[in-house]
Amino acid sequence: MAELTYRDAVARGIAQEMARDPDVIFFGEDVAKAGGVFKATVGLYEQFGPKRVRDTPISEQAILGAAMGAAMTGLKPIAEIMFSDFFAVCFDYIANEFPKSRYMSNGQVKCPLVVRTGNGAGSRFGAQHSQSVENWAMMIPGLKVVAPSTPRDVVGLMAAAVRDPDPVIFFEHKSLYATKGEVPDGEIVDTLGSAKIVRPGNHATILALALMVPRALAAADKLKAEHGLDCEVIDLRSLVPLDTQAILGSVGRTHRLFTVEENPRLCGWGAEIVSIVADEAFYDLDGPPVRITTPHMPLPAADIFEDMVLPTVDRIVETVRRSLSA
Amino acid sequence: MARKPVRAPEPSARAKLNDDIGEELRLRLYRMQVELREAEQRAFDLFLQNLVKGTSHLSLGQEAIAAGFATAMKPGDLSFCTYRGHAHTLARGVPVEKVLGELMQRDNGLMRGKGGSMHLTSVEHGVMGSYAIIGAHLPIACGAALRAQYRGDDDVSVCFFGDGTTNIGAFHEALNFAAIWKLPVVFVCENNLYMEYTAIGEVTAVEHPAADRASAYGLERIVIDGNDADVVYRTATAAYARARAGKGPSLIECMTYRHSGHSRADPAKYRPEGELEKWKERDPIKIYRARLKQFGIGDDVVAKIDAQVMQMIDAATEACKAAPPPAADILFTDVYADGGWAWRN
Repeated sequence: MAELTYRDAVARGIAQEMARDPDVIFFGEDVAKAGGVFKATVGLYEQFGPKRVRDTPISEQAILGAAMGAAMTGLKPIAEIMFSDFFAVCFDYIANEFPKSRYMSNGQVKCPLVVRTGNGAGSRFGAQHSQSVENWAMMIPGLKVVAPSTPRDVVGLMAAAVRDPDPVIFFEHKSLYATKGEVPDGEIVDTLGSAKIVRPGNHATILALALMVPRALAAADKLKAEHGLDCEVIDLRSLVPLDTQAILGSVGRTHRLFTVEENPRLCGWGAEIVSIVADEAFYDLDGPPVRITTPHMPLPAADIFEDMVLPTVDRIVETVRRSLSA
Repeated sequence: MARKPVRAPEPSARAKLNDDIGEELRLRLYRMQVELREAEQRAFDLFLQNLVKGTSHLSLGQEAIAAGFATAMKPGDLSFCTYRGHAHTLARGVPVEKVLGELMQRDNGLMRGKGGSMHLTSVEHGVMGSYAIIGAHLPIACGAALRAQYRGDDDVSVCFFGDGTTNIGAFHEALNFAAIWKLPVVFVCENNLYMEYTAIGEVTAVEHPAADRASAYGLERIVIDGNDADVVYRTATAAYARARAGKGPSLIECMTYRHSGHSRADPAKYRPEGELEKWKERDPIKIYRARLKQFGIGDDVVAKIDAQVMQMIDAATEACKAAPPPAADILFTDVYADGGWAWRN
């Protein structure tokens, strides 16, 4: 067991898979010699060499297109898009090419690849380098969508993503890179589509993803300490596949549902989950499901502004407390 | 639009029958061009009978390019096509029935109705897809070539696209990508003078939309007569050899002309009067019939090939007309690799 940062866990997860399978190659902008702009891929170039770990030009379409061509013909590429906001300049591959090639070809074409990307706010980079765009990926049939919150999950879910036969979008949260956690020694392989109850409780279910998981946990501790409310916190870990059974099971026990989403409000993942719960567990609910989200607006750059719009521990506490006492 | 066709050198009398191409290969090139022409003509006829559904983009008049590049390929080489991809798909040996069946949205179609005219794909024939988003497949072809280079595989990835593609970003990203890594990929621009409804010269900064950009990526400027299958074949052979030798990509601009509109919805009224007629004098099949004659191949041989092709296409048409619509049990298959479409438990 070693304590690793989320950042170092990325490199460890990729290295684990590259050491196992020579078909795994990795490329992106500044990822090789520089070790990535977030230093999440330090050491891979030295360990695996220039044929397997490559620096690309600033050509997001070429990066994703090349990943697809390599995947279709037998490799298992991992491609990095530095900031998830840049998906907007290569969205054809994410929306039209990766996810539809298998279906359109009636199963002939395979597309086993992973796109890693830095997602989320907290770095005060402003509206085009801070977004949470996991819902951009979630809405596309044919993709799988993963967003780990801990170093251990980074390693295990990276392995699951690389070994998965479908295209996987792997969202790393920029504000989690410096966080630390225990990671067991040896190979770790997790499962896509399995949510994790990270804090059991019986007064309410709080669903969260990525950076919102530690905030939901801190809020749950505060709700317990200050208000005697015992909330269950679930880390969804992947949006597709979605572990609906874990969600419905928890709501069946707690009878209240809260989602904590960093994405702007409209069409955030919580809306889909609330709709599922309303369809399938309406009579389990003792009150309306509540979504705690970033407002429907571009993100501001200034720290005081960004802190005012992202879901915070205090906003989660206040929303849950008010809702449960109503 | 000025054009300077590059003609095949006239062979000397003695070299005629055993020049670098030779009789057997020439007959194959001829047969293939006739097959592509007649299959697409049949697709158009079936469209008029409302038996071809959706859209379709014909490449009537451009057959020499598909025939020449495909014939020069080895088994295992990979084709990446556009939505105007019927000819490139057929040229790799995909049966006409499979293609017409897909256009007619029948169960015998190449993808059993799930892809349609714009997405013809036959992995077993090396047809790695037909891409309906302009430029998308150039980077994808780079990725296939990267795999070949990484593994030491001998295959070449060949990527076909129109003149309109040269003005989209992915074209430029892919050319740079292929050039810096010396990838075994051949980019083939079919310049048929029109992007869709607009003349390419009206919307492009240079005269030759592909070739005049080649130097920006350190590549040779290549413009060829795309209506002469011999010229195409020789150019393809050289480019594939270069790719296999590790010398990197090629960008080849083939001058040609489409006899029909952009898609089935387009009567092509934007063409200046007389332009189509002028180009029909340079119809690739007409050129090739003259070439066969020049090499001493008799009219009877040509007529026999024509009859065999028509017979095959008639049989394929009847098979498609008799085929049922796609079976409903495949509607939800192959969204994900587990064979199904489940996104949740």
